[in-house]
Amino acid sequence: METTTLMRKPLMERFSLKNITGSLLQLLLQIARAREFSLVIMLILIGCGLHLYTGEFFHSFGKEMERAAKNGRLISELDSRLSYAIDEGRFFTEANLRAVGLGFAASAIMVFGMTAALVSGGFDLSVGSVYALGGVVVAMALRDGHSVGTAIIYGVGVGVLAGAVNGLLITWAKINPFIATLGMLGIARGLGLVLTKGTPVTVAFEDFPSFVDPLGQGVTKGFPNLIIIGIGTIIIGDILMRHSARFRQIYYVGGNEEAARLSGINVRRVKIGVYVLSGMLAALAGVLSVSRFTVADPGAATGEELRVIAACIIGGCSLRGGKGTVLGGLLGLIFVALINNAMILTKVPVYYQQLTMGVVLLLAVGLDTLGQHWAEIKTTVRHWWFRSKNLVNHLASGDLFTDSKSKPS
Amino acid sequence: MTALLEAVNITKQFPGTLALDHVNVELKAGEIHAIMGENGAGKSTLMKILAGVHSPDAGEIRFEGRPITIANPHEALQYGINIVYQELSLVPALTVAENIYPGRLPTNIFGMVRYPTLFRNTTQMLSQLNVAVEARTRVEALSIANQQLVEITKAISSNCKVLILDEPTSALTDYEADILLAFLRRLADNGVGILYISHKLNEIFALADRITVLRDGKYVGTKNTSDVTPDEIVRMMVGRDLGHMYPPKSQQVGDVLLEVQNFRLHGASQCNSFKLHKGEILGFAGLIGSGRTELARAVFGAEPHAEGRVILNGSPVHIQSPKKAIKLGIGYLPEDRKAAGLFLEMSLKWNVEATVIQDVSAIGFVSAPKERELAEQYIRTLNISTPSIEQEVQRLSGGNQQKALVAKWLSIQPKILIVDEPTRGIDVGAKREIHFLLRSLAESGVGVIMISSELPEILGMSDHVLVMHEGSIVAEYSAAEATEEKIVRSASGQPAKIEVDTEISKIEVN
Repeated sequence: METTTLMRKPLMERFSLKNITGSLLQLLLQIARAREFSLVIMLILIGCGLHLYTGEFFHSFGKEMERAAKNGRLISELDSRLSYAIDEGRFFTEANLRAVGLGFAASAIMVFGMTAALVSGGFDLSVGSVYALGGVVVAMALRDGHSVGTAIIYGVGVGVLAGAVNGLLITWAKINPFIATLGMLGIARGLGLVLTKGTPVTVAFEDFPSFVDPLGQGVTKGFPNLIIIGIGTIIIGDILMRHSARFRQIYYVGGNEEAARLSGINVRRVKIGVYVLSGMLAALAGVLSVSRFTVADPGAATGEELRVIAACIIGGCSLRGGKGTVLGGLLGLIFVALINNAMILTKVPVYYQQLTMGVVLLLAVGLDTLGQHWAEIKTTVRHWWFRSKNLVNHLASGDLFTDSKSKPS
Repeated sequence: MTALLEAVNITKQFPGTLALDHVNVELKAGEIHAIMGENGAGKSTLMKILAGVHSPDAGEIRFEGRPITIANPHEALQYGINIVYQELSLVPALTVAENIYPGRLPTNIFGMVRYPTLFRNTTQMLSQLNVAVEARTRVEALSIANQQLVEITKAISSNCKVLILDEPTSALTDYEADILLAFLRRLADNGVGILYISHKLNEIFALADRITVLRDGKYVGTKNTSDVTPDEIVRMMVGRDLGHMYPPKSQQVGDVLLEVQNFRLHGASQCNSFKLHKGEILGFAGLIGSGRTELARAVFGAEPHAEGRVILNGSPVHIQSPKKAIKLGIGYLPEDRKAAGLFLEMSLKWNVEATVIQDVSAIGFVSAPKERELAEQYIRTLNISTPSIEQEVQRLSGGNQQKALVAKWLSIQPKILIVDEPTRGIDVGAKREIHFLLRSLAESGVGVIMISSELPEILGMSDHVLVMHEGSIVAEYSAAEATEEKIVRSASGQPAKIEVDTEISKIEVN
């Protein structure tokens, strides 16, 4: 048929130097455009700034520099200050990085599940509660004399169960994800409180060394095990979301549910799977936190779900679904953690933390939307610029009331 | 006597199409004037211009002899021009009275609604119009026909001189339609001018005083109903040359590929059966809403069906989901490519491989070279113009989007391909390419089911034509037998023989 016989590009042309450099450039552009890239750059900048700040690089900077310039020792003064700051800075130190890392390791585990839920077009508000419930269950199971392995299975299993209920409510009862997971938020939190009667359950190190030592407080080759597990989950999650055929279905479902269904994707199964994953990871994070703090608090991680959602959105997820990466979510999480860290290091009162987080979230999303509508904004700005210029010209030439179009040219 | 409302030489251009080309309509007071034409003839656009939704690019609207401009629907209302759309705009949870008087509710000095007055006024108005509906009933408790009556009552409750109705009986049973038509007759007798859009020939011949026919956005003519026969109207609605938009048809078709027996949808009373042969293009003609899409979706497994058998290659199969259908080699190209077909914000590559994601994977992971190869193969064979396989499909033109959708379905190597309105909203060149592509598919042994509301497309492409009307297959024509007139007649529920005249006279006697 005439439509199906189409000229194939000659081989030489397809692999010419121009094409190869072109596609390389395109790849670089693509990387540069990704949200992850800008986040990494910002993280490095913030980190360096903090390191220098804590190394007293900026301490009475202007005055000292002025004096140095007078004496003609500007460069050497700057150099000595910089090397002092690098040596003495408190940001890129093992202790600080470890504190920051441990701070977000549990949330990082939840980021994978939340990214999957957001990409599928929903979200999971129950992760904070399931986190607390998973911790409570594992602690109580240990106290009741179950082996460590069984206890962990119970703890994580409770999360799987909560996620399955979420998924069934959303797909079969057709309840909106907001309402379904909001209900689960209340139920999981409430169950934790009922089980413990509101009092934290302690899992002392001396009683359960085989639970606490390898997980929450263990260190492998200088890295806390918790951070290794968190980063490991993120890497596995990122690879799965990017390359696995099964996980790709989540993007299709979130991108266009009806089209996904007609393309032979079992939308219900995908959605249930997403919520099971999210619940399971939340409970796992809760179990790990118990092994770190050796206490299961039924009131732990209140509001954590919103922090995780915010991190994913800063990292490039869209509430409309079909978009987002696990790595982006992690970077968003680190971004928020760093800003909090910065405020602690710079001694900003702790009360500002929430406020700043809100501003950061709006800035990240706002700048992104701005970028998407950039062409539109440009034309509008240009339009008004020309109009005002015309007006000025008219005023200058004194013929404000004649239309420039009607003038003979 | 001057006309109540006149549209003179109205022209309206939409991007890509000339929707109306020098169209004239004249409506007298007390007259019921039907506007007829095929899908896409420009009827709805004309109505929307008269109701102030669109403004015409050229031409003049005269109201009681004076030229006027109608900038928006609000201005149209001030002239007394009311429009009732196919989709009702009532609030189901509120009472009939509240629906009739939104924004004009009688209130006391505290701004609270005076319900007694409201109900009294409404009851009075309903009884004047002989509408047997209680003012205090909630709208959701009413039948569709009564809701329709409430909607019309709402339209005429304020100053109403012109009433425009867009297929008001499409959701009604015959009995309900009769009530509505009698109501309209009474309104017209009170001096309201009614513009009436419908596809149903017998309804129009029973009701309308005059008929104006549009075709492809052009004015064909206006006739007194008493001077014409349905045949003549049908002839006015169709008739144009097919050109070389269509490839030559195949000479012979193969064995039966798919047989659908006594297939009944949920909530439907009719059973349908049809056969699809290898290498055949089977055209499904009918009006929009005649049940073609529903039938196709049910066969594909996208909707459940109540009863019936599907026999594929001689063995019965049970298709309960699109996934199963795809496994059996059946593809379905939905009519609304943006809502149900494409992943608009995703790349061309991702769209093409959506149906075969497992096939381009190794050990569960998507293989980049395989997916690139697949996408590039279809860019070549379907001549999709795109800067790269990474391009978001929403940035492609309509024709290329449609080709991307076709590519997605070709990638499953279908044995049967169901295409629903395959060329809607795309330019002529892409349309022609898709026609030739479908034919070449058929020649390679694929059975193609083509649903189309464009008669020329049905006639130009199909080896066999099935016509549906109100949920059932009412006629079947071979390519040689099929004519536009026969199809239009069957699609609008007329018997296929020439008994039309007696049928009409019977209605008129009633």
